[in-house]
Amino acid sequence: MAQPARPEPGPQAAASAEELSVRARRRFLQGVAQVGLAGGAAATTAGVAHAAWGGATLQDALGSFFQDQYQRMTPDEIAAALARIERKAQRQHGVAITCENTPPIPNTVFGYALNISKCKGYRDCVEACLKENNQGRDSQVQYIRVLELNNGTMDLESANHYYNPQAVPTPGKTYLPVQCMQCDNPPCVKACPVEATWKEPDGIVVIDYDWCIGCRYCMTACPYWARHFNWTKPQIPAAEINPKTHYLGNRPRPQGVVEKCHFCTQRTRKGRQPACQEACPTGARVFGNLLDPNSEIRWILANKQVFRLKEELGTEPKFWYYSDDRASTVR
Amino acid sequence: MSPIHFILDGVRAMLRGGRLYWAWLGGLALVFAVGLLAYAGQLRDGLVVTGMSDQVSWGFYIANFAFLVGIAAAAVLLVIPAYIFHRADVKQVVLIGEGLAVAAVLCAMMFVLADLGSPERAWHLIPFIGRFNWPRSMLAWDVLVLNGYLALNLALPFYVHYQHWRGKEPNLRAYFPFVVVAMFWAVSIHTVTAFLFSANAGRPFWHTALLGPRFIASAFVSGPALIIVVLQLIRRHTDYPVKQSVIDLLALVMAVSLQISLFFVGAELFTDFYNETRHAGSMRYLFFGLHGLHGLQAWIWTALALNLVAVVLLSVHRTRQAPLTLNLACGLAFAGIWIEKGMGLVVPGFIPTPLGEVFEYTPTARELAVTLGIWAFGALVFTLLAKASIAIETGRLRQRQPAGGGAALTASSAPS
Repeated sequence: MAQPARPEPGPQAAASAEELSVRARRRFLQGVAQVGLAGGAAATTAGVAHAAWGGATLQDALGSFFQDQYQRMTPDEIAAALARIERKAQRQHGVAITCENTPPIPNTVFGYALNISKCKGYRDCVEACLKENNQGRDSQVQYIRVLELNNGTMDLESANHYYNPQAVPTPGKTYLPVQCMQCDNPPCVKACPVEATWKEPDGIVVIDYDWCIGCRYCMTACPYWARHFNWTKPQIPAAEINPKTHYLGNRPRPQGVVEKCHFCTQRTRKGRQPACQEACPTGARVFGNLLDPNSEIRWILANKQVFRLKEELGTEPKFWYYSDDRASTVR
Repeated sequence: MSPIHFILDGVRAMLRGGRLYWAWLGGLALVFAVGLLAYAGQLRDGLVVTGMSDQVSWGFYIANFAFLVGIAAAAVLLVIPAYIFHRADVKQVVLIGEGLAVAAVLCAMMFVLADLGSPERAWHLIPFIGRFNWPRSMLAWDVLVLNGYLALNLALPFYVHYQHWRGKEPNLRAYFPFVVVAMFWAVSIHTVTAFLFSANAGRPFWHTALLGPRFIASAFVSGPALIIVVLQLIRRHTDYPVKQSVIDLLALVMAVSLQISLFFVGAELFTDFYNETRHAGSMRYLFFGLHGLHGLQAWIWTALALNLVAVVLLSVHRTRQAPLTLNLACGLAFAGIWIEKGMGLVVPGFIPTPLGEVFEYTPTARELAVTLGIWAFGALVFTLLAKASIAIETGRLRQRQPAGGGAALTASSAPS
């Protein structure tokens, strides 16, 4: 899997175009930072630091404004950014969160398999995802959409997106949960004009919420309707905020940026399962390392009849559907 | 510094006009101010104040953007006859066309800016300082070609006007290469804008090779329609020489382009409906409605009717040549293409969603206010540019020989 490693700070041997651009920017930012620090100091001494800037200090506001794209930040810059995120959550929600930057696990590429014979449409995964990932409660951004299909068809246009019976499963219906497929050839990444979204070495397609300009071209490009936009400021009751966050994952998002499923980066990079997998009452979801030949997901891919959604589009989803049927009786 | 004096002289010419002129400027400024106010509210509350949603994530702003890029590109219809076919009559008005292109590109850019969720981060698009995803992202291409086109259409007229202001003839040899570049560039801006949509394999409605040609054909209808009306207005209200032969030429181009454009629409309808697949879902929603929802049906049938009446008026010699019916055809076709490219092309691409959901879109009053504001800004920019251009091109505004710095309004009447 060709994936450029995150640039390490410090002197490098060959100056690529990318590096030159980084250097040009640094010079630009150094100048700006001096102005910013001077301004911040002035504001603090004047005692008006909390009046403006949405409650942030001038220094934090400028720090956020001039923050570099994640992949280009030095460890120091990332540490400063994480601290700013934590301070902001404290200010805005009165909640002490931790925002981490856990790196991808080496030799790991995550994949998901979902057993459609077992899915009964409870939507516990949707609920758990919402809570885990700090989505706006009023906006009801949901990373997972469970489609209710009539038995005998896979025609998405005939699906019911808002099924609401007394009890599920409804006889004669099947259920198809759809979320970000973490494509290996993601059209959304190609579309982004500012490289605010990219594929990490562990295969997760992530978004730098502090770099996204909110043009929504990625939403246009995505064939799975997996990307969602913060049309207004997401509102979460302080008591419901999940304080364990990741920069590329579930940290509180600002207004005007795109977000989507990130395979619970904050959990999975620490060896845990995604929230939707844990929440599923029927055990329909299998999450694991595609590079590990002994993983459960690899066994499913080898032995079950599997399919991927819209495979003909060439996006190479890392999200498979399967049923209880064996792929072949001949072993 | 004579270029500075040139600019100051130009600004002075812009600020010199009668009561009607000032009423026009004031009216436009007022509409623009209302638009700004509406935008301030959007900035504060977020794009939630628009009719857009996760389902239909682009709406009126991007619709107007796509349409205006076409208007900007259509300036090439004056540039080609002026410089390649050596039509002296067209060359007289080519600067007006370029002014229109500047105003249209600026408006197109403002529509993109109005559509951004985090406009304060627009600097992320600046190469090197930001992170410009070029050449991979089609949106990055669009930013590049629009800025390039703006630069070309500012630089070329600046040079020509500057020379005329100094009482000199511009050196055609020196700037002709840039004229050629500008011609290809004009076609490129609208092609790239079409590719912005057709690049999306997950949106079958747009994912057709015909989209680029359709965009160009329809731009060569809406562009000339606007230019014809503007040239007539200039002829009526100023002493700027606009020959009837220019209008006749543009009307003919418009007639042929509209015929081609309607043929393309027919080709799309045949392909989608002869053996109808799920990929025709958007087309079915657009023309006939889907799952009982048909919010765009009235729009597209109106557009089709407008364009059909216009193509008849333009194809019959007598109605194309009579000013009344020609202007009627221009108005109808302008509105028809505006609908076809906006509410009839950008919006249905999102309906149904890639997951088959039919979710409708209607622009809100605030969206309309911002949109009107941007259009008013465009008209304002064009009026000011045209005012200065006319003052120079009619020979009234010339550099004052002894260095004084003021505008020299001589009685010289030789138009160059």
